[in-house]
Amino acid sequence: MHVTMTVNGTEVTRNVEPRLLLVHFLRETLGLTGTHWGCDTSNCGTCVVLVDGEPVKSCTALAAMTAGHEVRTVEGMADGGTLDPVQQGFMEAHGLQCGFCTPGMMLTARALLDREPDPDEATIREAISGQICRCTGYATIVRSIQWAAAHPAAAPSEQEVTA
Amino acid sequence: MTTVQERSPMPQEREPNPAHSDPDRPIGYGRIQRKEDPRFIRGKGRYIDDIVLPGMLHGAILRSPMAHARLVSIDTTEALAHPKVHAVITGKDLEGLNLAWAPTLSADVQAVLATDKVRFQGQEVAFVVAEDRYSARDALELIDVEYEELPVVIDARRALDPGTAVIRDDKDGQTDNHIFDWEAGDKAETDAVFARADVVVSEEVIYPRVHPAPMETCGAVADYDPIDGKLTLYETTQAPHAHRTLYAMVAGIPEHKIRVIAGDIGGGFGNKVGIYPGYICAVVGSIVTGKPVKWVEDRSENLMSTSFARDYLMKGEVAATTDGKILAVRTHVLADHGAFNATAQPTKYPAGFFSIFTGSYDLEAAYCSVTGVYTNKAPGGVAYACSFRVTEAVYLVERMIDVLARKLEMDPAELRLKNFIKPEQFPYKNKTGWEYDSGDYEPAMRMCMEQIGYDDLRREQAEKRARGELMGIGVSFFTETVGAGPRKHMDIVGLGMNDGAEVRVHPTGKAVVRISVQTQGQGHETTFAQIVGEELGIPTDDIEVVHGDTDQTPFGLGTYGSRSTPVSGAAVALAARKVREKAKAIAAAMLETRPEDLEWEKGRFFVKGDPSAAKTIAEIALGAHGTVALPEGIDGNLDAEVTYDPPNLTFPFGAYICVVDVDPGTGKVKVRRFVAVDDCGTRINPMIVEGQIHGGLADGVGMALMEFIGFDEQGNCLGGSFMDYLIPTAMEVPDWETGYTVTPSPHHPIGAKGIGESATVGSPPAVVNAVVDALAPFGITHMDMPCTPARVWEAMQGRPTPPV
Amino acid sequence: MQVPAPFEYARATSVRDVLELLERHGPESHVIAGGHSLLPMMKLRLARPEWLIDINDVVELRHIAEDGDVLRVGALARHADLLASEVVGRLFPLVHDAEKVIADPVVRNRGTIGGSLGQADPAEDLTTVCDVLRAQVVIAGPSGERVVDMADFHRGPYETACEQNELITEVRFPIRARSGSAYEKVERRVGDWAVGAAGAALQMADDGTIADAAIGLTALGLEGLATDAAAVLVGQRPSEGLVAEAGRLAAEASSPVEDQRGPVDYKRHLADELTRRVLRRALDRAGATAVQGG
Repeated sequence: MHVTMTVNGTEVTRNVEPRLLLVHFLRETLGLTGTHWGCDTSNCGTCVVLVDGEPVKSCTALAAMTAGHEVRTVEGMADGGTLDPVQQGFMEAHGLQCGFCTPGMMLTARALLDREPDPDEATIREAISGQICRCTGYATIVRSIQWAAAHPAAAPSEQEVTA
Repeated sequence: MTTVQERSPMPQEREPNPAHSDPDRPIGYGRIQRKEDPRFIRGKGRYIDDIVLPGMLHGAILRSPMAHARLVSIDTTEALAHPKVHAVITGKDLEGLNLAWAPTLSADVQAVLATDKVRFQGQEVAFVVAEDRYSARDALELIDVEYEELPVVIDARRALDPGTAVIRDDKDGQTDNHIFDWEAGDKAETDAVFARADVVVSEEVIYPRVHPAPMETCGAVADYDPIDGKLTLYETTQAPHAHRTLYAMVAGIPEHKIRVIAGDIGGGFGNKVGIYPGYICAVVGSIVTGKPVKWVEDRSENLMSTSFARDYLMKGEVAATTDGKILAVRTHVLADHGAFNATAQPTKYPAGFFSIFTGSYDLEAAYCSVTGVYTNKAPGGVAYACSFRVTEAVYLVERMIDVLARKLEMDPAELRLKNFIKPEQFPYKNKTGWEYDSGDYEPAMRMCMEQIGYDDLRREQAEKRARGELMGIGVSFFTETVGAGPRKHMDIVGLGMNDGAEVRVHPTGKAVVRISVQTQGQGHETTFAQIVGEELGIPTDDIEVVHGDTDQTPFGLGTYGSRSTPVSGAAVALAARKVREKAKAIAAAMLETRPEDLEWEKGRFFVKGDPSAAKTIAEIALGAHGTVALPEGIDGNLDAEVTYDPPNLTFPFGAYICVVDVDPGTGKVKVRRFVAVDDCGTRINPMIVEGQIHGGLADGVGMALMEFIGFDEQGNCLGGSFMDYLIPTAMEVPDWETGYTVTPSPHHPIGAKGIGESATVGSPPAVVNAVVDALAPFGITHMDMPCTPARVWEAMQGRPTPPV
Repeated sequence: MQVPAPFEYARATSVRDVLELLERHGPESHVIAGGHSLLPMMKLRLARPEWLIDINDVVELRHIAEDGDVLRVGALARHADLLASEVVGRLFPLVHDAEKVIADPVVRNRGTIGGSLGQADPAEDLTTVCDVLRAQVVIAGPSGERVVDMADFHRGPYETACEQNELITEVRFPIRARSGSAYEKVERRVGDWAVGAAGAALQMADDGTIADAAIGLTALGLEGLATDAAAVLVGQRPSEGLVAEAGRLAAEASSPVEDQRGPVDYKRHLADELTRRVLRRALDRAGATAVQGG
């Protein structure tokens, strides 16, 4: 079947099997391998992307179901050469080690800051609680998001779109 | 020794980057951002499942639903008829290639694809190669396997009972489920000390089966070129060189025709040390089909079939005087190794470095014995940041010290302080033969107590207890044993546990460093650049670290057991020093003076007494490759290579204190605070060091409270998905508080000791000790992990149960 | 990675559309909304629908509206919608109690109330919530719409009154004055299914006695409401003794089974402990005089 959706601001149309999972559509059909996967049961959140601005586990969504919607992946976070403050924050505060959960964590952080520009620690921890990181013990992820909240200057222009 | 206390600083409060604050100082050690991060934060990492080769096919493994059964028949007709299936490989096919069984890392063999029996649930039975991953999965359903059920051996305590089913009847002469007996220390001496001791405490202590569960599962892409006979194997491996050698031995492909490439690895923690059947199947699939074959396991396959960790049933005993002098420790361990003995550890150490269970204490005697047994569970055992079983050892001794403290009615921190090995006793030879290279324990313990406000917490606890509230304070002090190791004692399948490094300075003064160890997130590209930067005065931005490709890097045994910095870090530092010596000779030629008249500082040599007569490393590099008349015996480059054979292991240590609150109505444990004071010797990049510690602390909370691979009586794995194998989220762990002391290793070129596993080793006892401390009003002296709400509540009822 | 077996896909845009598609594609067609229960089952190949009818575009089903003495919640309302709704939190605080502990925030962006009720997992929280609120479920089918009480809707583990060719369209919550409600769950970790949970809804009479009470348990082996436990409350003034008695009776009504989350005695204890906790909180929220003790 043909599916059409907007991925990182570009409309794409592809012919796919109805059963194709969104994560495979992004990774294999479109070659956007920045979105990873870590489990089969929607527990780990490694595969999180933004659909219409909201974090969604792309291993538990079909490409077919996402047709007509806007998807944003880690590849769409930086605005040209300008990093999203969340990306910058993860480097500043050592919010990543192996980098595998990082895209999902950063996208959830982006959605959180779009909704709540100055979240407290408890709010941040709750927001990322559907996602597992095995390397960092989370404290530096929290600090990375706090860094981004404190440095919103370079935030991308679509910041206010989602709500 | 220096000591520093820090409440994990916010990024904006961080110490300034030395590279920014002091332009004169060549970048070396210090808190700098990681060189690998820019690609990761853009989603440009290159993990195993990101690799796509032209014409690539996809493999999937059919696994046994049963824990122990005879294979009666396998019918692959229907699967082969699937229009997108290229091959279906069974154990019979592999038998023809002499590949049905592969050697493990512990002198045993493991079935690649089952031929006679299946021996654990999830064991590999058949391999499908298809055009895409969906079709490969579909075809698995078309394979018809007939099994004949056999009695299952799940409880290690029953494994040696007479009449128990023999799991490994494939092995000549194997008539029971016994694997090995091993001992360390002096039994007679230890028994004598126990016999005359005032006080003896004992406890059954279980370290349950857990799993490293890296976020990226294991996988491989095999690309065999039939024309030149070369195999390129992309793999999730922590040890690319060791894998290459083993493939050469197993598959009969000449070693120079094998190239193992480990790209970015999404976490390893020991899970990616072993060679799994799936990797071998991918290779066979590629040879059979003539095309590249990708195999990546799903999460259940990862949890059910790849290397688990721990599964040690320990009887711990401590002998002491009434005034709290610990005299001796003694233990017998029943080690559950699963269906194949596939632990990854040095040959002479079937129980790893478990005999370090004497901990951080000055004892008169110690004795341990370990019995390894087969059960119908997945193989493995040395994984999950365990430092070759130091985790089990530290958990046992630190749990038992608390049991003793309770018996003596002493404060557990004071009891530890009273018994520490004293700084003047180092190097300290313990009673099981280890030589602790260095240590200064009391300052670390005192710092940890001060930072957490130990005395105030004890007062708060007393007040809360009076009100019926359950609060616990858990202390743990550990000594790690890492950096394996000296080749005369330590090898894995005959390969000495050494690592190579090569440093090349290019004509323009930029450098490339090639290393044999393999990062899985530890930041090697940064740390090793910093070591060379420090030694040669070259900015880290001008140093490229190459790793993860056996065609591009020197031989070495890889990254596990916290050995990267202790072994490879030393190799890199020594290679850089060789370069510096060579640079000195060339600089002398350039400056027309003698090498001994030169002095080194900040990336340059200058003539003593005349700082203006100088040559920088960049100038020397150009000279070396240029037209400078080179001194006798110096060839025209600025390169060096070293293979490092450590003279001893390194012994990082740390003091951890954890505070928990327990809901008396539900048994739910909340970790309120956790202070970790670590000493890993020289700290190359404090940011990376702290990150390593944080991750390990979360591991400790996970194992102590929730992580557990259990089995039912039929041998069904009950922890086979992330719905059941629980890993802490950001909600279950506190904001870590850290501090550090620095006691450099005396035998390591830069004094570094390794930090990768310290926190995973040291934190579980701190959490469990805190929980047991909280439950003191119920008369509990011990409960086993995981301290789930139900298990804590049962302990509160006076009936703590072992995990099943 | 596990992947589902092949199926055909159709997207519906109205309730009528859904019903037609279900009719057309027959018994092996299945509705999908959030997909967080169905897709993992399909990946394990424990569920193999031939047709998936995607109802996410049926916008008429995403409302949350106060309508006289009823709160109408469309079946497609996401967990996140319920949690974000001020009116839900004001009228039925236990819905927010429960929603905060259902799965995790990302899953809550997709999972729906209709999906939760339709799945009828014994460890699912909203069934208990709807039970104690005496909610009604609106089911649309080929022969029109019917309104079913929760007691009739929920027929046991994984079984409901909604037939294969029908669609849950709305959940109706009766709004009651002087009421209070609460929900509490024990889980091994955030995002885990309940070890056990309890929910309670109360209505106070003018004289300060309890006019009506409903108590439900999740994952503790009780279908429907703990009627004996609720009965001891009705007509009584709140007291700790009364709460304790209700807790005891709730535990008696439970029949939990042992699993990895805990043994039977612990779970029965939870039925008691959590019932007492939610009753105290519900009484407090209903404006009852403070309950003494514990």
